[in-house]
Amino acid sequence: MKQQLLKIAEEAKNVLSAATTAAELEDARVRFLGKKGELTAVLRGMGQLSAEERPVIGQVANEVRGQIEELIENKKTAVLAAERTAKLASEKIDVTMAGKKPTLGKRHPLTTVLDEVKEIFIGMGFSIAEGPEVELDYYNFEALNIPKDHPARDTQDSFYISDSVVLRSQTSPVQVRVMEQQKPPLRIISPGRVYRSDAVDATHSPVFHQIEGLVVDKGITMADLKGTLETFLKTLYGPEAKIRLRPHHFPFTEPSAEVDVSCFVCGGKGCRVCKGEGFIEILGAGMVHPKVLERCGIDPNVYSGFAFGLGLERVVMRRMNIDDLRLFYDNDLRFLKQF
Amino acid sequence: MKIPMSWLNDYTDISGITPEEYNHALTMTGSKVEGVENIGDEVQNVVTAKILSVEQHPDADKLKVCQVDTGSETIQIITGADNVKPGQIVPVALDGAILPGGMKIKKGKLRGLPSNGMMCSYEEIGMTKEDFPDAEYGILILDENLPLGKDIREVFGLDENIVEFEITSNRPDCLSVIGLARETAVTFDRPFNVKVPEVKGVDGDINDYIKIDVKDTEICKRYSAKVIKNVKIGPSPKWMVDRLKACGIRSINNIVDITNYVLLEYGQPMHAFDLSFLEGAQINVRRAEDGEEMVTLDGEQRKLDSSMLVICDAKKPVAVAGVMGGENSEVKDDTKTILFESANFFGTSVRRTAQKLGLRTESSARYEKGLDPNNTEPALLRACELVEMLGCGEVVGGWIDINNAENKENRIPFDSDKINSFLGCDVSRDDMIKSLTALGFTFDGDDVISPSFRADVEGFADVAEEVVRIFGYDKIPSTLMRSETVAAVKTRSQKAEDKIKNILTACGMYEIITYSFTNPNLFDKLCVPADSILRNVVKISNPLGEENSIMRTTGLSSMMETLARNANFKASDAKLFELAKIYLPVDGELLPNEEQEIVLGMFGGCDFYDLKGIVEALLDGMNVSKCRFVPLTDDPTFHPGRAAALMIGNKQAGVLGQIHPQVCDNYGMSGEVYAAQISFEAILEAAADEKQYKPLPKYPAVVRDLAILADENVLAADVEEIIKKKSKNLFAGLVLFDVYQGKQVPEGKKSMAYSLTLQSDEKTLTDEDTSKTVQEILDALKDKLGAELR
Repeated sequence: MKQQLLKIAEEAKNVLSAATTAAELEDARVRFLGKKGELTAVLRGMGQLSAEERPVIGQVANEVRGQIEELIENKKTAVLAAERTAKLASEKIDVTMAGKKPTLGKRHPLTTVLDEVKEIFIGMGFSIAEGPEVELDYYNFEALNIPKDHPARDTQDSFYISDSVVLRSQTSPVQVRVMEQQKPPLRIISPGRVYRSDAVDATHSPVFHQIEGLVVDKGITMADLKGTLETFLKTLYGPEAKIRLRPHHFPFTEPSAEVDVSCFVCGGKGCRVCKGEGFIEILGAGMVHPKVLERCGIDPNVYSGFAFGLGLERVVMRRMNIDDLRLFYDNDLRFLKQF
Repeated sequence: MKIPMSWLNDYTDISGITPEEYNHALTMTGSKVEGVENIGDEVQNVVTAKILSVEQHPDADKLKVCQVDTGSETIQIITGADNVKPGQIVPVALDGAILPGGMKIKKGKLRGLPSNGMMCSYEEIGMTKEDFPDAEYGILILDENLPLGKDIREVFGLDENIVEFEITSNRPDCLSVIGLARETAVTFDRPFNVKVPEVKGVDGDINDYIKIDVKDTEICKRYSAKVIKNVKIGPSPKWMVDRLKACGIRSINNIVDITNYVLLEYGQPMHAFDLSFLEGAQINVRRAEDGEEMVTLDGEQRKLDSSMLVICDAKKPVAVAGVMGGENSEVKDDTKTILFESANFFGTSVRRTAQKLGLRTESSARYEKGLDPNNTEPALLRACELVEMLGCGEVVGGWIDINNAENKENRIPFDSDKINSFLGCDVSRDDMIKSLTALGFTFDGDDVISPSFRADVEGFADVAEEVVRIFGYDKIPSTLMRSETVAAVKTRSQKAEDKIKNILTACGMYEIITYSFTNPNLFDKLCVPADSILRNVVKISNPLGEENSIMRTTGLSSMMETLARNANFKASDAKLFELAKIYLPVDGELLPNEEQEIVLGMFGGCDFYDLKGIVEALLDGMNVSKCRFVPLTDDPTFHPGRAAALMIGNKQAGVLGQIHPQVCDNYGMSGEVYAAQISFEAILEAAADEKQYKPLPKYPAVVRDLAILADENVLAADVEEIIKKKSKNLFAGLVLFDVYQGKQVPEGKKSMAYSLTLQSDEKTLTDEDTSKTVQEILDALKDKLGAELR
């Protein structure tokens, strides 16, 4: 009987080692260990054994059962792994084929860059101020130290609605409105549309966007203006950007400056883009003219402030290498999809 | 303004300064240099040479073989020109010479014979017919007394650096050689010397020649004049012609050239009248009469009016003050006696006059910025000095000077500490005084007094600017504000704009930005009724064109134009949005209301429900509840059966739908176009900023499908409202998953398949609970809409 058991064990070993699928394993389990299986058949004959033999054979039978179970278990792990591997292999796809992209729209490039500028200034404690585009002549000119007959009115050819109402030619009137309504300390930027009577071409548009800034408080210095612009431009154009202030003239600031930033193409060495100068003019700035403060009810002997302004289109064109301003307002999808 | 550097050197010292250094330094002290041009750079290695012999080329009829003495050697040159003769002095481009346009001259052979250079015409050395009005065609024949081998740039004054300045409008004093020499001197810390012009003069009294009366002292602040007799009109000397030319002014004759020379040098416009043409030997400075006419020096007939100041003789105008002289009193070749005018006119008046006449001159461009009345005298004397220097006339004794300028001294308290704390710099008091003194300022006690030519300096900030521009903007430190921090947050409205753009781009829409003024014909194109309030618009009084003449009251037209443009560019589909400002006039107010409209537009592979889905996503994203869509059948812009009004509460907040085919035709579009216009303000008002947490459900939900048979005109919204209402607090969701008409459904009816989810906060719903609710729903549907379970 022992011989029979060992033979079953031997046979099971052979069968199992040849098995490669889960189904063959199951067949083997039924054949050797099932209720009608070979091991069970042998054990049924146990009753005929003597009392001394029974425990010996019983132990052998249990060992054989244990061996077979262990064999099946081990084999099962290997077979399942192999089967999974085969399944995975059969499931292979071409991962280089295009994905199923959800359609995502995009912001207009002017908005994208404006958002970035807003974030930079919000980070420096500036709020965003807004005001009307159809504006009183007083706010657009007079309050900014540009009386009627001032030559600056010629250079900024404006659209008029009536004698006293104009399409704002700059966003500065927002600054005046804020100064009239709020007490210092003030830190604002006023981005928005402005209008000038320029015919449309690659670099001109009768409608464009400006971003102006204003700070008024006790003890604001021209050095603060320089530091603020430096922080802004380095954030916008990268830490290598250098800025340069040059004396200039604006009616509403004194001293006034034009601000250049080192050329993004050559980094300041001089190239075709910057016409060899190494710098590109990017914005106008200055200390708020005492007359402007006074007119807004702020005492220039107590408070000082600075203001600056830049054209959004120009910044975006330089930054994204766009050579024609008209593209912004054509809204051709082939253009909008690029950003 | 262009100025040769050598002229600046008359008044200061620019030795040892390269053009590059000059360019940068002056720009940094406020006189922006646009560039330094050296016309001589383009002409190199061209010298004077004498033609020794001219012979026919043996192998070419049209060529001549010349032997030419360049001063150091004799070379052979072959030429095609036929105006060359032995003994002539000509410009010769030697081997290796460079000519304007970058042409290089090299030794070579012409028809077998060596040619070692080229004889030049005036054009080939960068000159024009104007420079040599008498030159014949061919090689330029020079003065026979010129030495040989002399660089042609020296002969013609081409070796000159010409600086081009861009002068800001507040600095008319810098529209002059003297003004810029002063800036140069201060910038480089060099001496600055202006001598008082010396005039010898002859006998006689100006009052015997002319009587001058200024009738309008408001506009004519000062009128200074001198008379020159025995005038000999002729050409100006070469140095004067060269300097005028470098500044872009053509030489006319010695007297006119002197007035222009003084204009450039002193920044003071001058005029010369031929005294013999001044009737009554008098000058009257008055306003023109309306309708009065005169012919200006440029030969144009000018219509004058009473806003313009004119210089007249006893009878007629002889000049438009500050703008241009008249043809009738022009200096001519036979002029014998002249009157030099050096006057000061009120800038605004000159500017308006020049504008009205469409005539902007070197003179008016200076006057309009406001000139120094104290400058008329030195300029007048300088003109007389030049007359004597050129020997072209005799200066009659005495002068007439009618001075009504208020010569107010401008005193400003000088506080160096205050200036430093305003600038954030540390400039010593002595350095400030040094710079200001060099700029012409004087000091008296604690005050600084600005010079009369600096009308732009009015107060403390102006003085601070003078200090800092000489100190150097580049030396200002960079600091950050130390003031108390101000809260920086976007407003609710600004945040809403951001969010709307986020939602719409996530829905696949591209943002567009369009002009806010537009064409008045848009209302007809959009089929807007004639009496619509939208047609009440803000009009631009001076538009660029009809197509940009009104401020828009709707953003839809710009959207339609943009969709049409993209369709023309062969886009198969487009989904666009704009946050468009609209401008709505308000009765009795000067300024319109400026509101924002959320405009959506799309075409290609989409239908009404795609558009509505995006609108719903927007409302959902903005936390707007209590909104309904009501069929809109009478808006002529939209398809009568495929449009809806968006209602928030009881207010209409927008419209959406398919654009009427007629409107599409008007914009040149075919196919279905969908658009929506939603009020930004309405969304902002209805948006819930914060939501409150509701506990997650503890008990399972029950889903029941209801197939309802209703009349085909029954609206889903009405069915859904009843279902919601009757579900009471068990309502947890409703989806319309199928609508069917056709076989198995009676004619005129439709089958609507809903999936209704019910759920209780208190218990697990039993079959009984659910069936009871469903029965109530079905009863109500039958009662109110005549709809039944299928």
